[in-house]
Amino acid sequence: MIDAENIVYSIGGQRILAYVYATFRPGDVTAILGPNGAGKSTLLKCLTGALKPDEGRVSLDGKDLRHYSLTELSRRRAVLSQANPISFPFTAHEVVVMGRNPYSLEKTTASNAEIADEALTLVDAWHLRDRSYPSLSGGEQQRVQFARVLSQIWEQEEACLFLDEPTSALDLKHQHQLMDLVQKLCREKNLTVIIVMHDLNLAHHCTDRCFFIREGWIQGGGESKKLITADTISDIFDLPKKYAAMRFGMDLAG
Amino acid sequence: MSLLDKAVCTPFFLKRIKFSALPLLGLLLLAVALVSASIGAVSIPLSDILGGSLADQQLAVLNSIRLPRVVLAVIVGGALAVSGAAMQGLFRNPLADPGLIGISTSAALAVAIVIVLAGPIVGYFGLYAMSIAAFGGALGACFVIFRFAKLTGTFSVTYMLLTGIAINALSAAGVGFLTFLSDDQQLRTLTFWTMGSLGGALWVSVIVAATIIIPSALILVKNARELNVLLLGESEARYLGVDVERLKRRIIICTALSVGAAISVSGIIGFVGLVVPHLIRLTLGPDHRLLIPASAFLGAILLLLADTVARTVVAPAEMPVGILTSMIGGPFFLWLLMKQFSGRFGL
Repeated sequence: MIDAENIVYSIGGQRILAYVYATFRPGDVTAILGPNGAGKSTLLKCLTGALKPDEGRVSLDGKDLRHYSLTELSRRRAVLSQANPISFPFTAHEVVVMGRNPYSLEKTTASNAEIADEALTLVDAWHLRDRSYPSLSGGEQQRVQFARVLSQIWEQEEACLFLDEPTSALDLKHQHQLMDLVQKLCREKNLTVIIVMHDLNLAHHCTDRCFFIREGWIQGGGESKKLITADTISDIFDLPKKYAAMRFGMDLAG
Repeated sequence: MSLLDKAVCTPFFLKRIKFSALPLLGLLLLAVALVSASIGAVSIPLSDILGGSLADQQLAVLNSIRLPRVVLAVIVGGALAVSGAAMQGLFRNPLADPGLIGISTSAALAVAIVIVLAGPIVGYFGLYAMSIAAFGGALGACFVIFRFAKLTGTFSVTYMLLTGIAINALSAAGVGFLTFLSDDQQLRTLTFWTMGSLGGALWVSVIVAATIIIPSALILVKNARELNVLLLGESEARYLGVDVERLKRRIIICTALSVGAAISVSGIIGFVGLVVPHLIRLTLGPDHRLLIPASAFLGAILLLLADTVARTVVAPAEMPVGILTSMIGGPFFLWLLMKQFSGRFGL
């Protein structure tokens, strides 16, 4: 459960986020949508604790993020960022095991390695296990990173999962596999899932609720199926009605 | 499995070697040290060393000349390789070598300032003073590089290397100016430092270097797992519970201490920190928990070999070992650069 209250964030006098209120509930997959530069990733970073908002507060399970230690936080939430280059030839398995860093002192190396293997299997990347990470394709790297993030909150109930454009490099099959997996885990482990995404079709079909951000202001918060329509799209993305209807009218309007 | 998959998989026999790599490297180091101790102007046969049947003159040479030099080569080689490995992890790029990015030269500049301004200083106090000066120079360079490499927002390898060029040029100018100011005695000392040599090895320098380098290296080994996680990226490491600022501070300080101590006793010996970690990564993989100790052993072995060649190949004269390591390391760096640009690592 994540609560954002009155978040304001500016860089160099320019306001990126303005008075954002939002609640993200366990058991829900919530999308954050909006045009380029609207402040989606900034909001995500404020919610994860990577950025400290100028005003307002973010709380995780009712406790202010600032009062968590780094280790406590690392067991309650995992984050998949956009670009993840690694310039050393770690194997995919080694990268996923790094996700178990918060537990390295209390869990055995063998059990962590086993969890990493299971996570790789879940994201359909077990066959990449011993490949060198830099030699993988963009989509393969994204799946391996996703496995790393899953292994970080493997045995946690009601943890939070933040995904910043998790499907950007994936082919259609893996896009759906990943979203299905996210939905399934969200229900099973009562996760709070927050996804920044660009693919409105995918958001419409695979998320429960969604927020729209435009020029730092947030709106929405209701059911994705009701909110993602040609009308709202044309409004939020500043898209002429005919294009919005052309791209989203057919299957989304109704 | 496709052909490509096979090519990038770690071969099976290498995986088995991993477990026994450290003891093997340790044994190899011991063997090289024994051989190196027996070679030189005064012949001290290996069988005599092992059997303990040495003449007085041989014993004197071994104790006061040969052994301190061998031990110093081991410590300095290990220190340089470990600092190279840690720097590369910190900067997240296999091209970061203390020599290339100006850390060694600014340490040398600090030492040169001490030599010229404070006059000749010897003994424990003098060596510790020079080590501290070198540490200060190295720390300053690290700080400047970090600042400049982050100018673009994210950490840029191009800026790191370019800042290194600028720092190297400035330090070279500084050393040049000090050379111009210095008298004959100081000039000899300065030249020795800029070329890099283990020729002045005494037990004093061994003890000073060891008391600084060994604790620093142990701290680096202790932080190896978090250094691995740091390679995912700074914010990723923070998400995984790593206190990134504290980790970076520790690595910079320990690296600067090791490089500073190594340079204050041996001058600038280049490329060990670049070549050694790379060779270990090629064979044993990039995991710092193995990489750092294995680099220490291999660095010690290689510098000991290089120094043995340097002091025997043009006997009775002696070649500064820094020249030898640069002759090997320069082409190696070019090869590495070529590989990077062909997309193996990505800049």
